Amino acid sequence: MAGDLSIKTIRETPLEEYLHPGSSMCPGCGAQVMIRLMLKVLGPKTFIVNAAGCMTLLQTYPYSNLKSGWLYTAFASAPAGAQGIRDALDSLISQGKARDEGIKILVLTGDGGAYDIGLQATSAAMDRDLDFYYLCYDNEAYGNTGFQQSGASPYGSSTTTSPIGRLNPVGTEKRKKNLFEIWKAHNPAYLATISPSHPLDLMQKVEEAARRKGPKMFIGYASCPTGMGFDPSLSIKVAQLAVDTGVWPLKKYVDGKVTHTIIPRFVPVEEYLRLQARFRHLFDENNPAAKEAIAKIKDEIRSYWKAQGIEAKARHHMVIADGSCCGSCFSSSFLWFSWGIPSGKGKPSSLHTNMEVAML
Amino acid sequence: MLDLITGNEAIAWGARLAQVDYVPIYPITPQTEIVEKLSEWAANGLIRARITKMESEHSMITAAGAAALAGARTFTATSSQGLLYAFEMLYNVSGWRAPFVLANVSRGLAAPLTLLPDHNDALAARDSGFLQFYAETCQEALDSVLIAYRVSESRKVMLPSMVNIDGFYLSFTREKVMIPDELGDFLPPYPIPAISAGNMPSMGPTVLDPSVYSYFKYQMHLAQISALDELKKAISDYEKVFGIKRSLIDEYMAEDADYVIVMTSSFATMARKAIKSIREKGIKVGLIRPWVLRPFPRDDLLSALAGKRGVAVFDQDVSPGFGGALYAEIASSLYGAPDAPHIASFIGGLGGKEPTIEEFEFMIRELISPDLTRRGPVMLWTDKDQRILDEQRSIALRGGVVGR
Repeated sequence: MAGDLSIKTIRETPLEEYLHPGSSMCPGCGAQVMIRLMLKVLGPKTFIVNAAGCMTLLQTYPYSNLKSGWLYTAFASAPAGAQGIRDALDSLISQGKARDEGIKILVLTGDGGAYDIGLQATSAAMDRDLDFYYLCYDNEAYGNTGFQQSGASPYGSSTTTSPIGRLNPVGTEKRKKNLFEIWKAHNPAYLATISPSHPLDLMQKVEEAARRKGPKMFIGYASCPTGMGFDPSLSIKVAQLAVDTGVWPLKKYVDGKVTHTIIPRFVPVEEYLRLQARFRHLFDENNPAAKEAIAKIKDEIRSYWKAQGIEAKARHHMVIADGSCCGSCFSSSFLWFSWGIPSGKGKPSSLHTNMEVAML
Repeated sequence: MLDLITGNEAIAWGARLAQVDYVPIYPITPQTEIVEKLSEWAANGLIRARITKMESEHSMITAAGAAALAGARTFTATSSQGLLYAFEMLYNVSGWRAPFVLANVSRGLAAPLTLLPDHNDALAARDSGFLQFYAETCQEALDSVLIAYRVSESRKVMLPSMVNIDGFYLSFTREKVMIPDELGDFLPPYPIPAISAGNMPSMGPTVLDPSVYSYFKYQMHLAQISALDELKKAISDYEKVFGIKRSLIDEYMAEDADYVIVMTSSFATMARKAIKSIREKGIKVGLIRPWVLRPFPRDDLLSALAGKRGVAVFDQDVSPGFGGALYAEIASSLYGAPDAPHIASFIGGLGGKEPTIEEFEFMIRELISPDLTRRGPVMLWTDKDQRILDEQRSIALRGGVVGR
């Protein structure tokens, strides 16, 4: 993928910032890291159409920490709002009433907005081949309302509406809806999963997508200290483990083909689960269903990767699909580095360029 | 030009003459003809608007509001269930202060399902912040769209408008309509600049303080009040440019009337016929028909009702547990007015049930000798209505006896 892209290594991360600190969001929010990186690639002429969800709090009257334009729509219809903005501009441009300045439109919704209430509007926007970007920041529950079960909640996670109790030792009893496959069936111009732990992979995907016209769809792992239950300092680590354990495959769908951009190390999934309060019951010795539940989670990971022709077996180093640096070694320091140093000065001091060496 | 067109076509002509830039669409009976007409015109290059087929009314209103904010003059249309499906967005787009025009072709609300009109759909949206026009004729439908754009886009207003026509009775009835050749300077250019690199506003952000919320909500009320003046200016200019006179309160034989019927929309045409017939019996009756319900033209209404002995409000809607929604508005306006007339409430025309001359006569009789002990509305229900119901129930019961 890195071939003809301008961002070849993490060093080429654009220094410009379009999402600034100062919002009333939770510390350690993985979604914001992804938005910040996406905007670095998309640039200043980006108009954001937001659905009800955590990111609604990025804009609270009269404060804004974004350089982008912003429209808050409603829970179910952010893609329709994007359609209206795109159509208005296209109509005015075609009539000579406005200049084509290459305005990009980015839809932000959480997993509730993408997997559940807004699925219809998203399906239709893809069906109309709307030229836009869509980031679903997926924290696997209705996070902004206090972490209730959504279509994205994985088996075995406890949420406030699938709590652990005497009659339910598992929590969420259904499996995570496969949004990637649902979106893929619409054959969008670009479709990828991303994670805040893999900034280079993320930025390269956004850059690659930007060269295409049509729906450019992203499902991002939104590590969520508040809802998933871990210390904010662990946010990138949890996201990293989601990838490393094979729980969150990083992949893209372009021109009719799915490619996995990162092949996981297949760290035992317990390392990922153990860090999060939503899976705590799976490590409770008194929970009769715990062992079986973890076995089921492992089975699911194994069968997913088996279908990709990959055996989910622990490896000692990370294999990068195209041989470039994925940046993940660097990601655990990425949060403080990127927020802490004033833009223009932020250059990592100990960047590994050879991943094979770095991960050994 | 003078043409014989349906109410739906008249609405479409309004959008065409306003030279709209954008029309998001979704079909529903009895509105569909409007968006079909606009699609046909677009396909033949007669209008330059971009037309987008949406997947629901909820998305359609979202797209319409977003486009209006992005700098495009926008039109869209729906009916009944569609309006309710979009309900969440009605409040949103008016809160965004997006000045577009939505035509609602009225149809009774399910359940039970029907296609014929009453006003429970439009009145449900009464408090959404939309300006609301209720047209009686095809000409008034076209005029309403143009005047709605003018007032909605006024800097002092900046709210969306809903132009309401009755499904079937007006939507599919052909009438003679004067279609202006051009608008002259009646409608100034669209006031919102296009989104651009140099114009990236933040729109519809959340507020985290009740004081701020209250401020913005009340601003919408003040904008509606400003719209009354803007409406009067627009009506006056409309007459100057097109020679057509509209008024917030349409009066028919009302000036010398002792008793008046107050109602909106196309069924008022049936009241006119009844009024003529009742007048022949020597009773001075008239019609007072509000054309605009939001903003509510209270002062104009009060002066029209001044000196009347009785007012019969014909509600083509029902608020279960209260009665007539229009009655509530008229009665509250009259409360405390000096020498306020006796006011009575009637429910009729539900699901398109045509009021007969006898029903109007009954209403007037009720005004002449009022039953002051009556609480709540009178449902206009005739022997014919009962017979139809009995017949259908007996068919459903395979000819068995139906208890009354």
